[in-house]
Amino acid sequence: MKTGIYLCQCGGNISNTVDLNSVTEHIKKNDENILVKINSHMCSGAGQKLIIDDIKKNGLEKVVVASCSPHFHEKTFRSTLKKAGLNPYVLEIANLREHCSWIHKDIPEIATEKAKDIVDAALAKAELNYPLEEKKMQLGNEILVIGGGIAGIQTSLDLADSGKKVTLVEKLPTIGGNMAILTKTFPTEDCAACILSPKMAAILDHPNITLYTNSEIEDIVGHRLHFEARVKKHPRYIKDTVNMDLCLSCNKCTEVCPVTQPNYWEQGIINREAIYIPAPHAIPFKYLIDAENCLHFRDNSCKKCAEVCPQNVIDFEQKEEIINVAVDSVVVATGYDIFDAREKSVFGYGKYENVVTAMEMERIVDHIVEAEPPRKVGKRVAFVQCVGSRDEQVGNEYCSRVCCMYSVKLASLLKQAKPETDIYIFYTDLRAFGKGYEEYYKRSQKMGIKFIRGKPSHFTEDKETKQVIITVEDTLSRNIIETEFDLVVLANGLVLSKSSDIVADSLKLAKSDDGFFKEAHPKYKPVDTLVEGVFLAGTAQGPKDIPDTVAQASAAAARVIATLAQKEVPLDPILAFVHQEICDGCEKCLEMCPPKAISMNADGKAAVNEALCLGCGSCIESCPIEALDLNYYTNKQLYAEIEAVLKFKKENEKRILVFADDNTTYRLIDACGVRKMKYTDCIRVLRIPSGSRVTPNLLQFAFAKGADAVFIGDSPEKSSRFEWANNVTNKNLEVVKKKLKELNIESERLVFSQFTAADMMKFITEIDQLADKIDKMDPITDELKKQLLPNKEIKE
Amino acid sequence: MAQIIKLKDKNTDFLEKITELSGEQITLCEQCGTCSAGCPFVSEMDINPSQIMRLVMLGQESVMDSKTMWLCASCFTCTVRCPRKLDLSKVSEALRQVKLRGAIDEIDIKEISDEEALKLPTIAVVGSFRKFTG
Repeated sequence: MKTGIYLCQCGGNISNTVDLNSVTEHIKKNDENILVKINSHMCSGAGQKLIIDDIKKNGLEKVVVASCSPHFHEKTFRSTLKKAGLNPYVLEIANLREHCSWIHKDIPEIATEKAKDIVDAALAKAELNYPLEEKKMQLGNEILVIGGGIAGIQTSLDLADSGKKVTLVEKLPTIGGNMAILTKTFPTEDCAACILSPKMAAILDHPNITLYTNSEIEDIVGHRLHFEARVKKHPRYIKDTVNMDLCLSCNKCTEVCPVTQPNYWEQGIINREAIYIPAPHAIPFKYLIDAENCLHFRDNSCKKCAEVCPQNVIDFEQKEEIINVAVDSVVVATGYDIFDAREKSVFGYGKYENVVTAMEMERIVDHIVEAEPPRKVGKRVAFVQCVGSRDEQVGNEYCSRVCCMYSVKLASLLKQAKPETDIYIFYTDLRAFGKGYEEYYKRSQKMGIKFIRGKPSHFTEDKETKQVIITVEDTLSRNIIETEFDLVVLANGLVLSKSSDIVADSLKLAKSDDGFFKEAHPKYKPVDTLVEGVFLAGTAQGPKDIPDTVAQASAAAARVIATLAQKEVPLDPILAFVHQEICDGCEKCLEMCPPKAISMNADGKAAVNEALCLGCGSCIESCPIEALDLNYYTNKQLYAEIEAVLKFKKENEKRILVFADDNTTYRLIDACGVRKMKYTDCIRVLRIPSGSRVTPNLLQFAFAKGADAVFIGDSPEKSSRFEWANNVTNKNLEVVKKKLKELNIESERLVFSQFTAADMMKFITEIDQLADKIDKMDPITDELKKQLLPNKEIKE
Repeated sequence: MAQIIKLKDKNTDFLEKITELSGEQITLCEQCGTCSAGCPFVSEMDINPSQIMRLVMLGQESVMDSKTMWLCASCFTCTVRCPRKLDLSKVSEALRQVKLRGAIDEIDIKEISDEEALKLPTIAVVGSFRKFTG
């Protein structure tokens, strides 16, 4: 006796509707060698002991438990099997409660017949179940940190100090991020570069950190604790100066360069040449050529730098490099961009020369004490708060959290350097929430900086003086102020950096309503994401100041360390695999796998990377000879299930075969059961990982074996773990619908619908309508059924 | 001299009435003053638009005596600039509705002499009767 089936009464929940004795007879009639037992509560200790004893005494090899939904007790019974020394994956659950007894309470005879079908399908599948090895994925020590601002720097240093190997990728030619542009920092007024430079230098010197600057992430694959990134390193056109002796930083090249371009690290206040070092504190402190503006690259007209270079290190032929990195964890520290003030056209940024962004003001203030500052500020200066934040007209509802304080800082620094300046700050609500911030705000008021509560409506420009006229209501005195200013500083809000898009897309990271990356939980998982092994640091998660950013960056490092300390994680064995003896190496499956888990092995056959495969089954359709397969949902098993569940369909009966994706539709049908909702009794539900698993062959097979209609349920693309799956499902559907049309069979018999977890009513309406529809149709003739049989042999 | 306001249920009733009539959630106003600063008629108004919002929120029916709602030209400058996307012209309209439903005649046709009637542009006469009579 090899197979045992346990019929659970569920304390009457099942047995009051389904006649389990009749089910027992039915099973015995078909195969008397099967061990059948009825128990009141299979999930209880006594029920589980029954299974354990039978495995040990009777040598059971396959076990079916006909009870509640697998989502309740599959785990319980799998561990029962494990305890008895059997592989947990030879277990099959027949869902008699949620899918049968609870739904058809008032029609016990029909429910009993349905229960027999469900049990038959489970037995047929169980016969073909085979042990699956629960492999462990070894975790390594490699971490990719994306973004070299203060967040990425702090995370990298913490990780590297704890012995992890870090690859830090920064898109700009120097690390330091936005902080490297700031003048001084609030509320202590210590200089940003002075506190940042030692950390930047430590990155370069750390033996555990590999730094790629001027480099971008091209693509990342992976979904859980194993990621493979492709990094594109743009050329600097300077011969590799890892050995710093090559370039002497003698500056001769910049002296002869005829090009002038605004320097980003000076926010355009000061210019640079086409060959340049970004900033005095740049790390790495290396030259690069801005190919977009260099005359050599434009029209080959200039080579002056190469001519004067005493070391001959300029290399116009340098090409971009692609570097592949495999890591166990990723920290996303992609930071922010400042809100583009041009979107707020009433403020005239880009049009009025004396309207500047706060970032530009950082540089203006930084140079203001010089004898000949590159940009003067004039007598009267205004700061305008909430530009692009707290403004639904530009779609940003959130507060950017730092603008109040940086305006107070810039105003204070300016007032200290030029006490004669008359400074006004126009605000709506002043938010000085951090440690020492309120005191700092008060100090600025003490200096004589005037705070006016009102948001300017618009600016105009005096055409002659170029002064900016601000119109604003002082909401506290209710007077309208209309005054000229020599300089107006816009306190731009923060938005997620544009360069984050590629990271968001390839790692499938969710975003919050504010457009920043969404944490796994706002309270107790603030640096985790929903992707295991991907963490957030800094402003990529939402606007924050430097202390919060550094704290969060260290938190992200700590979470990485804790996660990798597991050393190994179990892999779900329900993954795709290749029947090596069947595969002919046609490579058709390669492009079918969006997570890129399929590649060709040394034998020229397809192979599945278990760390990358998600087990959706979308690839299987692409294999013309059914060499690709999915553990636990193999082709053979699904054919057997379909055949078994339809085998005892009587002539006058109709059947809808429902393929329900395990994540949404199957649970939705469970939920209908829990609520004792009623729907047509002609459906039979089979569990699949995703709608795309049901290949055209399987669909045709279902019709050939007697299904009057086939219904596939899956989650919508947006909320699916497998966002590509619905495309595949639709394609499969088209193939079969075409075939149905050829045979003059109504194509409405094949339905694909998408559900969210709460769509119970939608499911019931659709399934009942389909049942009504097929009631009015003539049955598919045996002749047509024969033609629907997949024309290739089912591989044994 | 500061006026002492007592916040009573009656005040909330007035706020709710204006909220319902205008369809604008007046409690959303954050009093930033953008509307007042951008209003082309603000210099003619006795109460600034932002202050109207404030007084309605406090349930001060005295706003009904203000000129502001009659001066509102529904030019929508405030509406397109309000950071909370409130439509103040709808609030003005609601206030006018309340006033008009009070069936109070601000002008009396009998008081207009024949001479005046001849001089007045027709559109002004029609407009005045629409706006200033109940």
